[in-house]
Amino acid sequence: MSLHVDITKKFKGFSLQVKFSTDKERLGLLGASGCGKSMTLKCIAGIEKPDEGSIILNDRVLFDSQKKIDLSPQQRKAGYLFQNYALFPNMTVEENIGCGLKGSKKDKKPRVDQMIELLHIKDLGKRYPMQLSGGQQQRVALARILAYEPDVLMFDEPFSALDAYLKENLQQELLMVLKECHKDIIIVSHNRDEIYGLCEKIAIINSGNLVLTGNTADIFQKPVKLAAARLTGCKNISSAKKVSEYEVEALEWGMVLKTEERVSEHTRYVGIRAHDIMPAEEITEENSTPCIPFRFTDSPFEKNIILSSNSGKLWWKISKAYWTNTLKEKIPEYIKLPKASLMLLE
Amino acid sequence: MDWSPLLISMKTAAAATIITFFLGICAAQKVMKVKGRFNWFLDGLFTLPLVLPPTVAGFFLLVLFGKHGPVGQLLSLMGIQIVFKWSATVIAAVVIAFPLMYRSAKAAFEQIDHNLIFAARTLGMPDIKIFWKINMPLALPGIISGGILAFARALGEFGATLMIAGNIPKVTQTIPVAIYMAVQGGRMDRAAVWVILIVLISFAVIFFMNYLPNRKKKYGAWEEKE
Repeated sequence: MSLHVDITKKFKGFSLQVKFSTDKERLGLLGASGCGKSMTLKCIAGIEKPDEGSIILNDRVLFDSQKKIDLSPQQRKAGYLFQNYALFPNMTVEENIGCGLKGSKKDKKPRVDQMIELLHIKDLGKRYPMQLSGGQQQRVALARILAYEPDVLMFDEPFSALDAYLKENLQQELLMVLKECHKDIIIVSHNRDEIYGLCEKIAIINSGNLVLTGNTADIFQKPVKLAAARLTGCKNISSAKKVSEYEVEALEWGMVLKTEERVSEHTRYVGIRAHDIMPAEEITEENSTPCIPFRFTDSPFEKNIILSSNSGKLWWKISKAYWTNTLKEKIPEYIKLPKASLMLLE
Repeated sequence: MDWSPLLISMKTAAAATIITFFLGICAAQKVMKVKGRFNWFLDGLFTLPLVLPPTVAGFFLLVLFGKHGPVGQLLSLMGIQIVFKWSATVIAAVVIAFPLMYRSAKAAFEQIDHNLIFAARTLGMPDIKIFWKINMPLALPGIISGGILAFARALGEFGATLMIAGNIPKVTQTIPVAIYMAVQGGRMDRAAVWVILIVLISFAVIFFMNYLPNRKKKYGAWEEKE
């Protein structure tokens, strides 16, 4: 069970160039909207044709520009869950699930029932897609794909069409189903939380190029690349200049920062996550700076304090509990950027 | 009173509707597959009879099917004559009604979410099955209303019919031609009978057209089952 993708495709003013392999894993493609994530999935499914390259699924060549191989979507056995689920509105849930199966209605029934059971949609069999909620539609679409037993499962922004309060539950359910099915799985999303929760490996795509692949936890901890840091949600990034082996000057923040990691010749930026900033008591503390609040914004459980620093801004996120209990609702005089939390970026 | 124009009109409109129904769907499918400039050309060609004056369409038909026309010569070799025969009324009606059917079918196919077709293909459904199980059912309301429009247009066809089929009582004289001839001959009463009949049929057509979109209910759009 493995998938190798190495494709390029040119568009007006934009070219897609990705190369990755998976091996019975859940791979997340993380990228901003319009960066080519969905296009990559469409190329694997055979809906779009790459200009060059090859796609190999379990030793089956799906596409090879040199050998002039280009299998039709029907021959590829690549399941694709569309962003809008693409359920056939003229068919009932049962018919939708069975449509990829061969044989008469009777032959299909056991498999269809099995899928209905698996995804807990027992009461919905006779309904039409328009009578279902978004979450139910997603389950039916998933049942339809699993019934067909594709060799690879691809999800295009699986939760973007759902209400926020449904997302987390469905994400858990999806994860359980996916863990059971032992297939190559690719999930495309611009949402770091979804990818973090669902995928063991991630690939970061930035304007058509694959910048980084690796284990999810590693990449979130040490993004290495500027695009990766942005996409994994790092709020504070400043351009940086090497000062010494373990010191870097953050130009926008007007600070010289001590680092734990060795500064390399390639270091161009330094970043810190908004949650990692700490209050400081004295300016003499390591990596500290005066705390000059510029603006506050609140989310339900967090307080965002936006700080002015030289020519840039720093986002500081703290929980409401920390704000009331520890800080006693008072802005500290100084803040510090702990050196263990600094991320050196290329 | 001679009722033959009613029969001829109905026969002509029915035959023309059946022919345009299939031609229109095939043409719509073909044009949608063609890409680039040729697509634009074909679309223009198929729509042309809708915008041309019917007499101009009739003129082209005469040139094509007439004694010295390329198609006419070919057919006369087989002993078939078209011009001034009943078949000429059908050909005129088909040509004039075709764009309505073609455009309705094309619009109905185009409004189908592409993702549905892609999803069907990634699920291994053969293209022919996708056409019958997904494209056709979803486009059906549009296709049927196109068929009704085509029927109405075929029934009312006058200009091209007169050019290529003429006015031969009991052979090519349709209701619209009969109305014209009755008025020409000063028989307003007779014309009025035909006029009333056409108005009634037209109303029935409009009624069908408005009733049809409600078929969507079948898929549970507005109806909660159970």
